[in-house]
Amino acid sequence: MTVYDTARDTAGDTSSDTRLEDATIAYSKAPSAGQPVLRVERLGKIFGDQNLAAVAHTGPNAGTEKSPDGNSVVAAWDVSFNVAAGEAFGVIGESGSGKSTVMRAIAGDHSSTAGSVWMQRRDGSTVDLLTMTASERRALRVDELSVVYQDAAEGLDLGVTAGGNVADRLTAAGWRNFGQIRERAAELLGRTEVPLERMDDLVRTFSGGMRQRVQLARALANRPPIVLLDEPTTGLDASVAAGVLDLIRSLLEELGIAAVVVSHDFAVIEMLTTRCMVMQHGRVVEQGLTDQLFEDPQAPYTQRLVAAARA
Amino acid sequence: MSATLAETLDAVVGAEPGGAATLADLVTEPVDPGILDEHAKREVRRAILTAVCVPGYQVPFGSREMPVARGWGSGGLQITLAIVGVDDVVKVIDQGDDEGVNAVNLRRLVINTTGAVETTEVDEATVIQTRHRIPEDPLSPDQTLVLQVPVPEPLRGVERNMATLAQMHAEADYARMWVSLYEDKVRNGVITKSTGYPCLVGGRYVIATTPIPRWDIPRLHQAPFLSLFGAGRERKIYAIPPDTDVEPLTFDDVPFEVERTPGASCSLCRASEAYLVEIPPSSFGAADGRWICSDTAWCRRRRSEDNLS
Repeated sequence: MTVYDTARDTAGDTSSDTRLEDATIAYSKAPSAGQPVLRVERLGKIFGDQNLAAVAHTGPNAGTEKSPDGNSVVAAWDVSFNVAAGEAFGVIGESGSGKSTVMRAIAGDHSSTAGSVWMQRRDGSTVDLLTMTASERRALRVDELSVVYQDAAEGLDLGVTAGGNVADRLTAAGWRNFGQIRERAAELLGRTEVPLERMDDLVRTFSGGMRQRVQLARALANRPPIVLLDEPTTGLDASVAAGVLDLIRSLLEELGIAAVVVSHDFAVIEMLTTRCMVMQHGRVVEQGLTDQLFEDPQAPYTQRLVAAARA
Repeated sequence: MSATLAETLDAVVGAEPGGAATLADLVTEPVDPGILDEHAKREVRRAILTAVCVPGYQVPFGSREMPVARGWGSGGLQITLAIVGVDDVVKVIDQGDDEGVNAVNLRRLVINTTGAVETTEVDEATVIQTRHRIPEDPLSPDQTLVLQVPVPEPLRGVERNMATLAQMHAEADYARMWVSLYEDKVRNGVITKSTGYPCLVGGRYVIATTPIPRWDIPRLHQAPFLSLFGAGRERKIYAIPPDTDVEPLTFDDVPFEVERTPGASCSLCRASEAYLVEIPPSSFGAADGRWICSDTAWCRRRRSEDNLS
């Protein structure tokens, strides 16, 4: 399988058959790369029968992620990438390409078949998220790793007020002073541009764009070093999506939070990320600097995607 | 008891008393079925022991059918039946009242089937079964309080999924309980949750304090006596052992307050330092006031002491 390396050294050899692990090494030399806060190594997830033999018969070359016997789906395989502190990394691909699988594996929403996800913790130690217990991961989600879901109902309690949804994360982190909780929730909702007069309304009564803003406020409540954004603006109408994107970008920059942004939408990846990777049939087909990747796509699949988006 | 049983059985099958092969002859061992058989009592006691060992943890138990409907104190009744013997003195109160219909019926049931002795005086009782109150008088270490619990799950209001609830308790993840208090305060300006206020027991498990009023909550903290909570319908038993911390979930800057009506006093005994309940005008001949003590035995004793002095 060929992985195209868009962030290639233009003066040097640009052998196009660089294996994924080599490509990963190449990225650690990328100009913006600091100490990685997240290091995904050869992550793999097979749904259905855990049949490793299915891997050889799937992927872009096979043109499918489903095993020949139909009993396994290799949703993601051999996925590796680094995210530096404060950096936004994009994962792009069409529906079923495995990008959400990668995100859910990192978030701990489901178990993984192979690989590791190393994360640098606040105390400087490094842990493999995939070997943590479910309750350890939930603890991590309180203040070190937040997720913003496409469907706000997954990330929010719709029967609770906007302020209450933010308060949930604060109380989980041990806040016990009502005045401070209220103040902090108002501050966060203010930053994510939720009108304060709506702070005490149930999220169920909110529009899609407003719900995403509440999700953002909740995700940022305890200032996590890493945020995962899964299609954060999909399903919003264009003008609302643009506003939410603007907000995400400025917040990430301002707070210096590292992000993994998953989207099928080029505009989202282009606006938010400096580096990204393209997935197809559960594999990474190309990764590199976002600008270069869109200007000069190497993989045929990426070329088709870019052409379709530019059309 | 065996003779009585044999006679009863004789009567049922229509045998001649003293006849040759009456059922009385067939009953070789004295049998006192009571309401709970010994196996059931043992099962309840085991659940109680677990509950005492893990304060605040809801222990599942079998919850047999009782001669009262579930929801009418069947959980408390099973605990009482499992722990009382002929040496025990039992007091039963319903909303603080020994003479409530349910209290009287449960007390009779316990007395008639166990041989324990009944009382309405707190200091005489060894076991006090109660619905919704703790007696005003302080209890001693050799007394056991048995509370009837309708809803043992404190998180029921914020989560319906049983698996998620178990997980939340296992991880001591009570954030959503705090959110419900936050929402209460935001919506109403004060925390309106009054009865069954959620409390952290022994720094670990949050419990539902049954519908006892907030007034009684501070008296569970570091109490000298054992409290046993029985929920018959939900098949759960939990406990607060003596000398255990019981802290109502309270924001640092919003003090926990007990119910108090300024200026109110009992229209019978004039007490203002007790938990008072509002009564309709002209009830109990108390046309001159709207409040009486919830704990009737306490109120009665105060009045008799007044008369003596």
